[in-house]
Amino acid sequence: MNEPLLSVRDLKTYFVTERGEGIARAVDGVSFDLYPGETLGLVGESGCGKTVTALSLLRLVPEPPGHILAGSVIQYEGRDLLGLTPGELRAVRGAEIAMVFQEPHASLNPVFRIGDQVSEAAIVHQRLSRRAARAKTLEMLELVGIPDPARRIDAYPHQLSGGMLQRVMIAMALICHPKVLIADEPTTALDVTIQAQIVELLERLQAELGMALILITHDLGVVADTVDRVVVMYAGRVVETATTRDLFAHPLHPYTEGLLRSVPRLDDPRRRLAGIRGQVPAATGWPAGCRFHPRCAYTWERCVADEPPLFERREPGTRDAGYARTARCWLLEEPGRRDDRHE
Amino acid sequence: MIAGAPVISLGAVAIALLVSLEAQRRGIRRAWGRRFFQHPLAWFGIFMVTTFVLLAIAAPWVTRYPPSQPLDIIALQNRPPSLLHPLGTDVYSRDVWSRLIYGSRVSLSVGALAMLLAVTIGALVGAVAGYMRGGIDAVLMRIVDVGLAVPRIYLLLLAVALWEHLPLVLLVLIIGLTGWFGTSRLVRAEVLALREREFVVAARAIGGEPGRIIARHVIPNVLTPIVVSAALGIGNVMLLEAGLSFLGFGVQPPTPSWGNMIADGAAQLATAPWSTLFPGLAIALVVTSLNAVGDALRDALDPRRYRVGDA
Repeated sequence: MNEPLLSVRDLKTYFVTERGEGIARAVDGVSFDLYPGETLGLVGESGCGKTVTALSLLRLVPEPPGHILAGSVIQYEGRDLLGLTPGELRAVRGAEIAMVFQEPHASLNPVFRIGDQVSEAAIVHQRLSRRAARAKTLEMLELVGIPDPARRIDAYPHQLSGGMLQRVMIAMALICHPKVLIADEPTTALDVTIQAQIVELLERLQAELGMALILITHDLGVVADTVDRVVVMYAGRVVETATTRDLFAHPLHPYTEGLLRSVPRLDDPRRRLAGIRGQVPAATGWPAGCRFHPRCAYTWERCVADEPPLFERREPGTRDAGYARTARCWLLEEPGRRDDRHE
Repeated sequence: MIAGAPVISLGAVAIALLVSLEAQRRGIRRAWGRRFFQHPLAWFGIFMVTTFVLLAIAAPWVTRYPPSQPLDIIALQNRPPSLLHPLGTDVYSRDVWSRLIYGSRVSLSVGALAMLLAVTIGALVGAVAGYMRGGIDAVLMRIVDVGLAVPRIYLLLLAVALWEHLPLVLLVLIIGLTGWFGTSRLVRAEVLALREREFVVAARAIGGEPGRIIARHVIPNVLTPIVVSAALGIGNVMLLEAGLSFLGFGVQPPTPSWGNMIADGAAQLATAPWSTLFPGLAIALVVTSLNAVGDALRDALDPRRYRVGDA
């Protein structure tokens, strides 16, 4: 495989909590690579650090209380984004790496027409005239499938539906043809039927524009449909990375296994849905040892005592042998214990 | 001097009436307009302010006598209201109506300009402090603390003491430059909440620079408290100007202002009450009206008062 477009190494983003007595280690040593043109899924429950990871990539984490620790590296086309001056960083934001947020209603300024907001990036980065920017905006609105764009371009956000607004947000993010698009749960706030449309749209645009897409989601259905490779996060850490096919066929980490078992299935409607017991602990006090051990069905003494490293595994059956599969679990060293499952 | 003065005055009042009725007719078509006119004094406030503004603009045509020139110090001193002098004459035999109208030019424009200055500075300082946070915020807010801690009247008297005859421009500057502290606090608090809103983060994600984001995304969304504090502030500034002028530090005679008219007539309060009564009444009416409009604006624009189905 070729060079990664974006590589994140040992990213640590901590927050000092309100009264200053604790430190929330929201993202705690995350590493992954993004290759040109691929779709990478960032998966995990709420509170496991997906969104903070995404915000850290563009340094949008509010500082204070947030803080990206020294030693973290976010390498984009050979440059470390964490070392850029504010001006250099602004040149990357929107032009090279763009982002689509979860809540389309909240992500658009209520007092401006949508056309003005979509064209903003083009005016900022490409110094287009108003007229040229408007023409380009029309083109983008058309591209993202907004019916009657010539009329909608002058609409205010409150005049459009959530699905339309998310299309507007996508147009806004893509107007400068970024090489990387980060979509942070772009469908969570939408109706199910609209969700499918937005995911399809993202897929189509990615193919047409040839950008790399980081899709943050907790919806494994979306992952199965669209994503090439998955990074599973838990408690501020990467716990497993694999191609989508491998992940679904044969999850290595008990957390991934739990996530997959909690998806309702049409082909086996009588099976009881299995949840993962408990919930993600607070980021101010991750459990010692393996951070998943209090909720895991395989826990033994070793898991409580020591945190496993991210084991690398190249299985013969793996389809894309170029990518290493990784998982952060002692089971990879002691596979015999897989039989010792206790609910 | 112009015979048509009474007719033109009544015409101005009639126009004000029409304008405020039309404003109400159009206003109640929208939800926020309905909320505005629900305030019991909103319509009256609009009507009064429009009336005074029109009269002030039309001053040369609605008055018969020059405002600052004694007419006949023997025959026309302290005359009660009559047909020729509808509000009487003052101790220097000047026509009180003329002085009141020309005085409204001074009082209204000092109030409006000083408030405009104060609100502009306050909004900018508040927006920058709230958006940038950190050191810039700390420095700006300590300046505001100092400004709020020193009584404003001392700052004003200090400045006044430096000039023997205070030019009007300077009066506006002084009142404006000492009046922005409260507004900046208000705006800063709003901006602190606003900067975490997703559309501001989205604007940063696009690569907008702080100045652009403050101008395009922050200030337009805090216009409501700015407009309300401006409307409520004009009344205060007018009172301040009247107070200063009454003390002899504000608008310098013979230029009329409502404050120094009251000062001129104060000694004759028992014998010629009209020379103080009418400017006093004018101040009370206009300030009450402005406050009513400000209150109604707050009712209309404050999003916390939005109810389901409105907006």
